Amino acid sequence: MAHAAQVGLQDATSPIMEELITFHDHALMVIFLICFLVLYALFLTLTTKLTNTNISDAQEMETVWTILPAIILVLIALPSLRILYMTDEVNDPSLTIKSIGHQWYWTYEYTDYGGLIFNSYMLPPLFLEPGDLRLLDVDNRVVLPIETPIRMMITSQDVLHSWAVPTLGLKTDAIPGRLNQTTFTATRPGVYYGQCSEICGANHSFMPIVLELIPLKIFEMGPVFTL
Amino acid sequence: MLDVEAQEPPKGKWSTPPFDPRFPSQNQIRNCYQNFLDYHRCLKTRTRRGKSTQPCEYYFRVYHSLCPISWVESWNEQIKNGIFAGKI
Repeated sequence: MAHAAQVGLQDATSPIMEELITFHDHALMVIFLICFLVLYALFLTLTTKLTNTNISDAQEMETVWTILPAIILVLIALPSLRILYMTDEVNDPSLTIKSIGHQWYWTYEYTDYGGLIFNSYMLPPLFLEPGDLRLLDVDNRVVLPIETPIRMMITSQDVLHSWAVPTLGLKTDAIPGRLNQTTFTATRPGVYYGQCSEICGANHSFMPIVLELIPLKIFEMGPVFTL
Repeated sequence: MLDVEAQEPPKGKWSTPPFDPRFPSQNQIRNCYQNFLDYHRCLKTRTRRGKSTQPCEYYFRVYHSLCPISWVESWNEQIKNGIFAGKI
């Protein structure tokens, strides 16, 4: 989860998110360099005592400041497209979980074997135990195994919602009448939080998502979901 | 329908519907619906021919894994009432 006043991205829990963080660092560095260059040029322009009333043309400079941005854009686009195609790769999932958005809670269905269906409501402030996170903790978490490709099928029963878990690099809209698929593989165990990311009414801010990722051996022992 | 215990996988082996190249895009609603239709068509054809419906269980497992259960229940209700829109 994010800590207070956090500005940067959360630590990655999936390989795709690791790639996204690296790309973000790369793009941000390009942005900083360009901003610094422009501010420096502006500073020099504003603080010089030299004057020139005879500016005509500057073909070479114009060529450079056309070609160079084009190259910079290509250097940003190539990693971006690489990651885009990486997210679309066909990976053979081992588990399918359905996530259905309602106003204002999520329903999770584990139906590969038998049927486990439960609702996940945010814990109201009065029901919080010491140490629980306000507006983030839920009554029933989504328990999943690590190091296993998991397929999430996301839809909605009423209005638009969006199922997001930033640390996994996931955000998929829950659209009524549509069954959106997203896949991920978590690399480390832990409890990871996300929040509904599409405005859906009065309690849009109060329908969080909590994933509890555990080792596969423990997951295989059977339903140990806590209430 | 499949017995729940029969569906328990051997330890270490989990299986879920594989990638279906007929439905490569993000919206898998057609995948879910097509397998639902295929299951009922398979049941109907094999029952009519007096054969075992065991091979149809594949389609059952796929749509059971992919489709939200509320949709499945509503479709089953429509089939029972004879108002299901799909061609079975």
